[in-house]
Amino acid sequence: MKQLLSGNEAVARGAYEAGVKMAVGYPGTPSTEILETMAERHRSVYSQWSPNEKVAFEVGIGASIGGARTLVTMKHVGLNVAADPLMTFAYTGVNGGFVFVSADDPEMHSSQNEQDNRIFARFANIPFLEPADSQESKDMLVAAYEISERFDTPVMLRMTTRISHTMGIVEVIEPLQPQERKFVKNPEKYVMIPSNAKVRHVVVAQRLIDLAKYSEQTPFNYIESNGSKVGIISGGVAYQYAKEVAPQFDYYKIGFGYPLPLEGIRQFVAAHDITLVVEELEPVYEDQIKAAGVKVEGKKYFGALGELSPSRVAKGLKEAGLIDKVVVPEITQEDLFPRPPVLCPGCPHRGAFMALKKLGVAVTGDIGCYTLGVLKPLNALDTCICMGASIGNAIGMEKVQGSATGTVAVIGDSTFFHSGITGLLDAVYNQSNVTVIILDNRATAMTGGQEHPGTGKTLMGEPVGRTDIQELVRALGVKNFEEVDAYDFDATLSCVKRQMATPGPSVILTSRPCVLMPKRIMDEPYQIDLELCNGCSACFRISCPAIAASTETNERGHAKAIIDETLCTGCTLCAQICPTEAILLKSQFAKA
Amino acid sequence: MSEQFYNILIVGVGGQGVLLASEIISQVAMNAGMDVKKSEIHGMSQRGGVVTSHVRIGKKVYSPTIQQGEVDFLMGFEKAEALRFVGWMKKTGTVVVSHTTLVPAIVTSSKEFHYPEDAIADLKNKAHNVIDVEADKIAGELGNPRLVNTILIGVLANLLPFEEKLWVDVIKSLVKEKFVAVNLQAFARGREFIWGGGSPPPRRN
Repeated sequence: MKQLLSGNEAVARGAYEAGVKMAVGYPGTPSTEILETMAERHRSVYSQWSPNEKVAFEVGIGASIGGARTLVTMKHVGLNVAADPLMTFAYTGVNGGFVFVSADDPEMHSSQNEQDNRIFARFANIPFLEPADSQESKDMLVAAYEISERFDTPVMLRMTTRISHTMGIVEVIEPLQPQERKFVKNPEKYVMIPSNAKVRHVVVAQRLIDLAKYSEQTPFNYIESNGSKVGIISGGVAYQYAKEVAPQFDYYKIGFGYPLPLEGIRQFVAAHDITLVVEELEPVYEDQIKAAGVKVEGKKYFGALGELSPSRVAKGLKEAGLIDKVVVPEITQEDLFPRPPVLCPGCPHRGAFMALKKLGVAVTGDIGCYTLGVLKPLNALDTCICMGASIGNAIGMEKVQGSATGTVAVIGDSTFFHSGITGLLDAVYNQSNVTVIILDNRATAMTGGQEHPGTGKTLMGEPVGRTDIQELVRALGVKNFEEVDAYDFDATLSCVKRQMATPGPSVILTSRPCVLMPKRIMDEPYQIDLELCNGCSACFRISCPAIAASTETNERGHAKAIIDETLCTGCTLCAQICPTEAILLKSQFAKA
Repeated sequence: MSEQFYNILIVGVGGQGVLLASEIISQVAMNAGMDVKKSEIHGMSQRGGVVTSHVRIGKKVYSPTIQQGEVDFLMGFEKAEALRFVGWMKKTGTVVVSHTTLVPAIVTSSKEFHYPEDAIADLKNKAHNVIDVEADKIAGELGNPRLVNTILIGVLANLLPFEEKLWVDVIKSLVKEKFVAVNLQAFARGREFIWGGGSPPPRRN
């Protein structure tokens, strides 16, 4: 049967078909929909969100050693978090097949960097597969379990945004019944004390030699011959772009990307006048092929930054003198306003940012919806590095600048559970005078509202006890704790001032939930009395999408404001800061 | 049909239903026996940013994205967003655009940026075939501003070679049950738009 599936949905389907028993991860664009699909459509598989990728990976390792086929999912930067267990799990090897997905984000559509995680597979001495469409995403995932069990190794499935979020046609089949495996005690294999690890490192080296042989014969690496004198070596979405603009050339399509089939490549290159490597981001294939003494070119024509596209590949092929016509018109970009993402109308983070902006203090930020607080006109953040970094950043800044300047860290609830707890522990241990605002909206909101330990629900929808942030924070040794309603501007402002003046680490918890999750929260909307509005623009500066410029202007020609009542959630913030009290509830307005 | 190839670029603002619209079109194409790829970017763009979705339909589709200058149909759920992407059009391509106007906070809060005075007129200057639809108004008549996407799908359906039944079946299967009836109404209003409006649909060369 044929289905239209995104790459992520196809991975989930593949896990189901491969007889996976455990699927685990932490949300992160573009990987999130894999586990969401598991929980929605493939409920016979046990699936869970873990607090972060390292824990998810470790849970997955336990499941594999326990005998089950296991899937672990994350975005590219998530693998940085899980790198510690990965590097050693590569030594122990698996019991039940173990595959993890690294969903990379070339072009940084919603990421803080664009690292190429194919390098991670090399670093860890494990194989990776690189699908080029939805069908391959499913097929390769299923095959990856066979590879994992046959070669006793974790396997990486490397996706990119264009593969994860592209829908294509997939042939689905009924699930396999993989042979049951049981846990067998084997400390020499699974306990990596130095004496055991030394033995295992030798096993890993031999495994790479075996995998290199497999790479030469796997059907995922194959030649498409068109009798051309030009050869292209490519994989992933880059292969699709190249096929699109130059279907006439010969192709060595790479699906099993490490170790490379260097012998096959050597013969392929020898049989062509010129061979180019077309790959997105880093020259991972190109460098290895060149290091093997085989003459190819690549990055000098296609570049190493950002996403490729058919147009970019066509330009590169033209530069290399391989195609004449490039059907790429110089695009005339319209001179238009930008439309950056913004905090939603009624977002509870807005009040905290307004207060911080007013105080003019240094604010270390983190990864989540609230990172949008950096954008104009809020301009409320000074750093954003990685998940959980805000608290550590604040401690460092405070230690060198002194507490008089005041440093505030902002971090979301999901991010706090992910990797903020240890940062806060550091603040307590080393007596830092930082103020940490935990923006608790009770959802992993940026990626679409996933559950976490503080929401009281699991990925599969089961109700569970929720972790109380206040109790947790106090248990870490924080003495100064306050909860505040971020919809109350004055209360928030004085709370931050008060806690910043208190010696030692302090934590402020905001109490309003995400307006979108789990259900859109709407209260009575506000309206603006245009007679009272003097066009001062104070309400424009809070960056609420529900507030727009009206056609009426003040005596100096500045636009007065109007509120879109279909967007207004009634959060009250604009009414609190309006100096002329022109913003009234719709019902009050009718009476007035 | 096997010779035909359609590149459809759908643009709008987060929350307008760009992704559902492109999924409906893709599903119809698959059910009609064509190869199809649909590529979208979401994530941060869900927070009121620009959302784009590429749909490519043909006998065999390689790239999931459309090359610049190769768009056959540009579907704009917001008129300034249609203008932003009009440079991606083929000369013979057609723009289907809603009069919907969404002015972002960055425009209202600064002097630096301006929303175009007459985006529809600008579009007509830059593209040969522009079908402008007061889909925002029609959606309001149908009682739900979120129907702009289905109305424009109805208009597009007049320009693609797929049977009515395929569209209706896919809408039924992809739209939440309680919204099916009103979405079918919206689709019908889009279908009527060209035939009822008297102007013949533009033909692709």
